[in-house]
Amino acid sequence: MKSNGQKARSKAQAKAGGGADSDIIELRLYVAGQTPKSLAALANLKRICEEHLNQKYRIEVIDLVKHPQLAQGDQILAIPTLVRRVPQPLRKIIGDLSNTERALVGLDIRQAHTSTASA
Amino acid sequence: MRLSRITNGRARSVPLEGVEKAATGIKGFDEISGGGLPRGRTSIVCGGPGCGKTMLGLEFLVRGVEEYREPGVLLAFEETPEEMTKNVASLGFDLNALVQKKKLFLDYIRVEPAEIEETGEYDLEGLFVRLQYAVDSVGAKRVVLDTIESIFSGFSNESLLRAEIRRLFRWLKDRGLTTVVTAEQGSGTLTRHGLEEYVSDCVILLDHRIQDQISTRRLRIVKYRGTRHGADEYPFLIDEAGLSVLPLTSIALNHKISSQRISTGIPDLDAMMQGKGYFRGSSVLLSGSAGSGKTTMACHFADASCRRGERCLYIGFEESTDQVFRNAGSVGIDLHRWVKKELLFHHAWRPTQYGMEMHLLRIHKLIETIRPDAVVMDPISNLIASSNQRDVRSLLMRLIDFLKSRGITALLVALTRGLDHIETTEEHISSLIDTWILLRDIEQTGERNRCLYILKSRGMAHSNQLREFVITDKGIRLIHAYIGAGQVFTGSARLTQEAKDNAAALLREQTIAQKQRELGAKRRELESRIAALRAEYEAQEKAMEVTIQQAQSVEQRLQLDAAEMATSRHAEGKQSEGPHKTNGAER
Repeated sequence: MKSNGQKARSKAQAKAGGGADSDIIELRLYVAGQTPKSLAALANLKRICEEHLNQKYRIEVIDLVKHPQLAQGDQILAIPTLVRRVPQPLRKIIGDLSNTERALVGLDIRQAHTSTASA
Repeated sequence: MRLSRITNGRARSVPLEGVEKAATGIKGFDEISGGGLPRGRTSIVCGGPGCGKTMLGLEFLVRGVEEYREPGVLLAFEETPEEMTKNVASLGFDLNALVQKKKLFLDYIRVEPAEIEETGEYDLEGLFVRLQYAVDSVGAKRVVLDTIESIFSGFSNESLLRAEIRRLFRWLKDRGLTTVVTAEQGSGTLTRHGLEEYVSDCVILLDHRIQDQISTRRLRIVKYRGTRHGADEYPFLIDEAGLSVLPLTSIALNHKISSQRISTGIPDLDAMMQGKGYFRGSSVLLSGSAGSGKTTMACHFADASCRRGERCLYIGFEESTDQVFRNAGSVGIDLHRWVKKELLFHHAWRPTQYGMEMHLLRIHKLIETIRPDAVVMDPISNLIASSNQRDVRSLLMRLIDFLKSRGITALLVALTRGLDHIETTEEHISSLIDTWILLRDIEQTGERNRCLYILKSRGMAHSNQLREFVITDKGIRLIHAYIGAGQVFTGSARLTQEAKDNAAALLREQTIAQKQRELGAKRRELESRIAALRAEYEAQEKAMEVTIQQAQSVEQRLQLDAAEMATSRHAEGKQSEGPHKTNGAER
């Protein structure tokens, strides 16, 4: 049902020191049709992941126009919304992710990136 | 498309109204709003916390499903469906059943600011998607958004939110969904976030006020475009049957009036009213000072109603059911049997137990369920004590209107304080009353006696007499009016006066007898004197007759003697004469 794993890629974490293999970040992006905001959000998300995530991650894009019933589960109100399901706790970022800084704060990975960079 | 179809379908039933209405099914609300909420449009229900906004919305949905076959959607922003279901279960609304039957769709939208990070542009398309999904899955005609303002706490971009809310209302209107949006009341504004700017069709304000420690909920239609609506504040209640709005006054004075008469339960009192009693469906006020026999008279009336096989509702604000029945039993009125036959229904509660509106509603409900022919309220003055006069007047006016519209005879009992104000204390309700009987005590010669008179009775020639009555073990008995020396005598004064009058009458009788005897004696005396005179006369007559006879016999003797003498003398000269005489004698 779900438009599962439109993009699921892993990045080798050769540089990473203490990261465990099971430490996958699961991201879900909710959009409603192919609107400019949705397309921008997806592009921005890919870019952020490429540039800043040194962990394994999985992106799932859900189009609510096709699957409206899925909006209830993650309490989606704003479009686009990015949900970080794993690791807990659940975090939500709304908007087209054009503000990379805030997106990273929202995903709670800015800290990890900077620490990696400084190390 | 959908909108026009609905419009055409409904237009036939309400041809005169410009704005189409969707009946809410909420008691009283449809009446004051001229048919319900504007169909296919959005209405705002605003008010402070706990004023019943959600309840109104839910009842609108549930009644819509149950009574008008219009499925509904509830988007709740504050409570989960589970909580909501539990909350309204006490009102007899089974949300789960409706959800399973696909007549109702509950969706909970949680807005938690802590979880949300905003990065760049967004809109609330998710809300629209969910709403669309909900509406489509049950074919909803009605939508309730329970406190949509909650989204203001979750998102920082207020101008975007406002644009989205405006879009949402437009969206709902375009789909012909009759919508209720609840909103928290702001300080000095109807809604905290000024939602009323976007909804121009109908705004309803709910209010919850505490006065003298008794709370009253009120509802006001602030605005209702294109509709004539009641502008007053209408009290409403939430109880085990949901919401009820009480129209303050009925729209018109056009009760059907009965000319049928029903007994007061006291034959003597009936006699004072053309021998027939009250009009059916009229309102009767029995007022009087403490201990003047009001309740007993009310029991008589209840008893008489049940004797006719009619149902009677007796509401007591002063005495418990058992006490009333015992007291009635002591004056020979057996009310228990009517309870057993389910003709008499006695309910008693304290006037201070509820606010005015709750009283009225409870009475309304009892009347709805029992459907009585007569209602007794004893005493309404206790209600007055628990609230201000304006409220009581409004309550009684509505109650009497309600009873009259159903042709129910109402007997209201009122306690009056002091003799000076006996007629003025009830002036605020007197205009509502058709028949007013005043019971009062008259103090005279060291005792109090009960009296009654009919102060007024519309539409009938009634006695103007002040009548004394006594309460016997056979009930109330009116005593024949005793009027002497220009005043009414009561109690022992009456007895004394009666005795005095009896004595005087006796004396008069004796005098007559005496005179008659005297007259008889006179007559007898006269008769005896007449008899004596007659006897005397008769004696004298006899004596006279004897004398006459004697005198006649003497004359004859003398003539005979003379003839013999002539014969013996042979007198010739007398020969010539002699033969004549002789001849004559011989002949």
